Amino acid sequence: MPPVTRWHVKLSLLYLVVALGLGIVQAPDGSGGVLFAPYVHLLAVGWITQMIFGVAYWMFPRFSKERPRGSNELAIAACILLNLGLILRAVAEPLHARHATPPLGALLAISAVAQWLAGMAFVINTWPRVKER
Amino acid sequence: MPRVSLWFLRSSLVYLALGFTLGALLLWDKGLPLGPAVWVLRPLHVEVALVGWVLQLVMGTAYWIFPRFGMTAAQRGREDLAWLAFGLVNAGLWTVGLQGWVGFPAAVTTLGRGAEALAAVLMAVNIWARTRASGLSPM
Repeated sequence: MPPVTRWHVKLSLLYLVVALGLGIVQAPDGSGGVLFAPYVHLLAVGWITQMIFGVAYWMFPRFSKERPRGSNELAIAACILLNLGLILRAVAEPLHARHATPPLGALLAISAVAQWLAGMAFVINTWPRVKER
Repeated sequence: MPRVSLWFLRSSLVYLALGFTLGALLLWDKGLPLGPAVWVLRPLHVEVALVGWVLQLVMGTAYWIFPRFGMTAAQRGREDLAWLAFGLVNAGLWTVGLQGWVGFPAAVTTLGRGAEALAAVLMAVNIWARTRASGLSPM
């Protein structure tokens, strides 16, 4: 298992634990409150998507003999950007919802761009590995 | 990898790109407002991310990699059912995802959900017998 896969898988397990913990402390009336969006995205992006990123990079068909998994640099960039973006969101979004300030708003925009870049990096690296043979 | 899995997986990558783009717009709007019109994209974002990206990736990978019935690539159960599941899940996704924009009647949205559910049934039928202790490696 390549190192970047180990990072993805271990981080995804951590996000799963954190997200389910957040599920306990968010608004008990079921409305979720300001923690609902971070809770959902820690599960959907931090756990599921991140696990897929890691396992796909490890298990999908080889790109070539010389570079079986495509670009290692792109995979590392995707890992860093995804987690940077997600952590920024998880911290800034509830704070911004309670007390909106321009710096917190800018952090949310940076988080959006970081996660988008991570997604594009994964797609670019994975697309040529999805093949019949 | 069978052709139907290739279609599932490549579609899931397209939906990942689309879902992350829509999600980035919505998150950006929370920090630096673009306007309330952007929130009409939310149902499509949810549908594309969960059904288009995650569900299709799981379906395509399961059909490809689960133990086969025999030595040939064709022995993965009924490929026609897998293709039907692919068509239904995509039809359902767009029907449900576009409800905010197009203003479909409730019955059409229900039909979309039904198409997604039927796709899940077809995939479960195909994968059920292949879920066993031992098998051949994927090709």
